[in-house]
Amino acid sequence: MTTPLLYALAGALLCGIGLFGLLWLRHLLRKLLAFNIMGSGVFLVMVGLPQHQSGPDPVPQALVLTGIVVAIAATALAVVLIRRYYHLSGMSSLEDEPSPRGDDPE
Amino acid sequence: MMRALQTLVMALACLAFTGVLATSIWTISGNPTPVNLTQLLTENMGRSGVEHPVTAVLLNFRSYDTLLEIGVLVIAGIAGISMAKTASLEDPAMRTSDSLLYALQRWFVPLMLVLAGYLLWAGADRPGGAFQAGAVLAATGVLMRLGGSPMEFLRPGLMLRLGLALGFTVFLLVAVASAIGGDAFLAYPPGMTKALIVVIETVLTLSIAMVLLALFVSAPVNDAEDPEEGAPS
Amino acid sequence: MTLWLMAGLLFTPLAWAVLTLLMNFTWGRLVTWVGIVVQVLVSLGLWLAVSRDGGFYYGLGGWEAPLGIELRVDGLAVTFVLLTAVVASACGWHAGVYIDADKPWHRYFWPLFWFLWSGLNAVWLGGDLFNLYVGLELISLSAVGLVALGGKAGALRASIRYLLAALLGSLAYLLGVALIYGQFGTLSIAGVVFWLEEHPVPAGSSLALALMVTGLALKTALFPLHRWLPPAHGIAKSPVSALLSALVVKASFYIAARLWLELGEPLGNLAAAQLVGLLGSAAIVWGSWLACRQLELKQVVAYSSVAQIGYLFLLFPLTYSVSESVTLQAQQGITLQVISHALAKAAMFLAAGNLILSTGSSRVDALKGVSRFLPFSLFSFGLAGVSLMSLPPSGGFAAKWLLLQASLGSGQWWWVLVLLVGGLLSAAYVFRIYRASFLESSETDHFYHPPRSLEIIPMILALLSLGLGLVSAEVLSVMALPFEEEGSP
Repeated sequence: MTTPLLYALAGALLCGIGLFGLLWLRHLLRKLLAFNIMGSGVFLVMVGLPQHQSGPDPVPQALVLTGIVVAIAATALAVVLIRRYYHLSGMSSLEDEPSPRGDDPE
Repeated sequence: MMRALQTLVMALACLAFTGVLATSIWTISGNPTPVNLTQLLTENMGRSGVEHPVTAVLLNFRSYDTLLEIGVLVIAGIAGISMAKTASLEDPAMRTSDSLLYALQRWFVPLMLVLAGYLLWAGADRPGGAFQAGAVLAATGVLMRLGGSPMEFLRPGLMLRLGLALGFTVFLLVAVASAIGGDAFLAYPPGMTKALIVVIETVLTLSIAMVLLALFVSAPVNDAEDPEEGAPS
Repeated sequence: MTLWLMAGLLFTPLAWAVLTLLMNFTWGRLVTWVGIVVQVLVSLGLWLAVSRDGGFYYGLGGWEAPLGIELRVDGLAVTFVLLTAVVASACGWHAGVYIDADKPWHRYFWPLFWFLWSGLNAVWLGGDLFNLYVGLELISLSAVGLVALGGKAGALRASIRYLLAALLGSLAYLLGVALIYGQFGTLSIAGVVFWLEEHPVPAGSSLALALMVTGLALKTALFPLHRWLPPAHGIAKSPVSALLSALVVKASFYIAARLWLELGEPLGNLAAAQLVGLLGSAAIVWGSWLACRQLELKQVVAYSSVAQIGYLFLLFPLTYSVSESVTLQAQQGITLQVISHALAKAAMFLAAGNLILSTGSSRVDALKGVSRFLPFSLFSFGLAGVSLMSLPPSGGFAAKWLLLQASLGSGQWWWVLVLLVGGLLSAAYVFRIYRASFLESSETDHFYHPPRSLEIIPMILALLSLGLGLVSAEVLSVMALPFEEEGSP
């Protein structure tokens, strides 16, 4: 067991926690935070696993940097959407689906 | 009752997922990788134009990723400012006369600007680079915004859109310039690699800061609406 | 020449995204139409070049895999590039007339449209696992932006749901990519396949494939992960819905299919293949059934997409440990299904938009009497429906015929039942729209006639989808071209 492997395993744990949060939480901002936790988990696996095998590897580090930028862009967009949605509807969660047959028009 | 059962099922599923994932990571970590990319990277570092391997991967070997990644940022910026329905940045909640905040700003803003400049410059041979510098620059802007600075240049207008597009445009022009000369898309002309990477990093810093700041500032909340298709207006 | 075509293909959409960002809607429309011409010509040129000389690898920045990113330019990829050019230009043309130029926020439609196009091209050509991730995110974020553009609470709710689903899907895919990199030390699909051909399968790598396919299935809206799709596709503006249903869901499916075809044999197993096929069948039945029950016109079309996506996933069982010829039939059938559904569904959404525009209501029962006023858009809708119902000579028929043969050839007769039930149910929801429009009603005298160009576009797409069945052999022959394994040209 090396330190990078520990990172990768911690990443797996974070993925599990984030996934649970994303599925279970109702509040949209919390869902978004859960997504970011899961994202961090994925990035940890991405860097930790190759580093355990062949020492510091700049390629996954660069990939993770790209991944972080993409995650930030997505998070920022989601926050803007959520904020506007909250303003327009007064709701902070996606309410339950209209029944699948669609017989309750909005 | 339903909710509790649901929670239990979800928790068990996520626990199982974690377990499978951890087992898989443990198994994979036992075998060495067949391809050693690090070695290949070290052999080609001399041709990359920069000294830091991460920067070399980001802006030379895998520059297509970075180009598209900046595209993703610009998309988020565009989608964000499309939510702004008026040209006004007035926000009463932002008016403040907190003297502590002013004092803090006077110290921090110049310091953070210097830090951003350093991070950009350090990217060539140490950890740092366009994104880190851009993030610090954006944080400076957020601080100024919280302190009540007007920041007129963030008004949704041509200037803002130019700022959003600047870094991406320069990157794209460099990418296509070599293709016109008959080389591959995104290849740097020999001898100019270093200079071009520095130029790209600098404009990227400005644009990244601009996108992040625009997403923070330019989503004011107001009631202008577009009726949906077919809805009675 | 090919080098210039490649550069043009990659450069044009990104450059036009920036150009249109700096303009207002009207100017953006003009510039976009010029860009569409350029992009269609470049795509056509590349398609011709590949069908003459065969495919090749294109190393970006002059670096070859595994250090750099290589694009895989083969017959299938250029066929989809050309398909994208056709459908996206139709949607761009339609949107220029359809979308209200006076709303200031509609200026952002064009840059998002062009970014979406560039993301699609990046995915069709991508040969690098991580680059495909970035391409997917490019598509997802611009699609979400397009759904949310100028929307009210309903559109925002749909787009947030869409964004969260897309992000979760991408993360699952990225986790799979991380495991693949940890296992093989390379991100190039070709590199992984090459290594697997000569070595035994290392333990623990099946999870990577499972994670990637699951994430992509979520992004493609495979049953039961489909619930984000109908709200998003139903509430977006019609040209946007057309783009989303015709192309965006296909992008994630395309990656899943390519991963399965390259890595499924070593890393997959029979149970997983059958399970995916079963979910696809459930999607066909459930999606069609719900399409029959919807009250809103565009919801009918959106649920029909859920059903049609189900057919695509029959690829998984029909290519796992079966004979060479069955695999080929299944691949060809699925390719035709992708193309014909893209054309038919784009036609259907654009026609539905015209119908909504003229009746002023999005409900199915508001279509009463439309047949007297708007036969043209209704006719396009019906022609597209012929392809969805898979009647000859449409592309949908050719696709399902090949799938039928593949099912029988591999002894998996149970998929034949699914194909038959799916065809009947799709007939039911198409005829339901027709029935509504032929009903007479007393107060049908306030119809708005949309501009002629809006009506021509869906007609062209529907005719293409119908005619695809007649030229399917030619279309499929481009895919079977020899592939130049040695480096870039």
